[in-house]
Amino acid sequence: MTLLITVFAAIICTVIWYNNAPHSKMKIGILCLMYWGASLMWLVDAIFEYFELHAMYFNPAPVDMLNDFYLGLSVVAFGLIIWLVILLIQDPKGVIKEALFKKK
Amino acid sequence: MACFLVPVAEAVVTTVIMKAVESKEIKSETLKVEAGNDNFETESKIPFSRKLKWLNNMLWGGSALLAFEHVWNGEVVPWFPFLTAVSDPGGVSAVLSEMATVGVSMALLVTAVWSVIVLVTNSLEKKAFKTQSSSN
Repeated sequence: MTLLITVFAAIICTVIWYNNAPHSKMKIGILCLMYWGASLMWLVDAIFEYFELHAMYFNPAPVDMLNDFYLGLSVVAFGLIIWLVILLIQDPKGVIKEALFKKK
Repeated sequence: MACFLVPVAEAVVTTVIMKAVESKEIKSETLKVEAGNDNFETESKIPFSRKLKWLNNMLWGGSALLAFEHVWNGEVVPWFPFLTAVSDPGGVSAVLSEMATVGVSMALLVTAVWSVIVLVTNSLEKKAFKTQSSSN
């Protein structure tokens, strides 16, 4: 479930990035790569788990699924927070600089 | 357990390499690109340091989200020894074994995907520059 939610987040971000490319000032590319990186890592985790559990891997308990669902959403939110911090620090549009150093 | 530490280690190495490459890089080739309304913009070849940045973003970002998952599952704690599995008897070997299998596979897969992206980008760039030079 976590893998699935992260993959969907990565796909949505990639579509948004493509729509705004090549002049994307919102640094969506960072978010895309972050989610794709995590998706690839969880894919490896899922493959290893599949070799351990075989068919049982596709029949998780409802409680585990719910936990994984919350985890997936939390991971997406955590990724968004990281991206937001990077965006505000790098400030590609100069909004923060303008707000802080504006002459009154 | 601690599989994300392998991509983190790779990310540290690639960040150092990226910084070294960035400082040595000279201005790359430029390409004229039509921007519509009979206007042209010049685009330069993507420097290798920027391509390395893609790998860095995948490794650092992926590892950060994976670390969050480990904290969620109680496998990583904010106090010594930080990994709960280490305090169990025989836990160290289990952690090392997982890092050697799952962790290394994660790092290899991310690097392999990045390599494919770089190869595709290089071939697209070559094509674009060939077309440009033949039309001049």
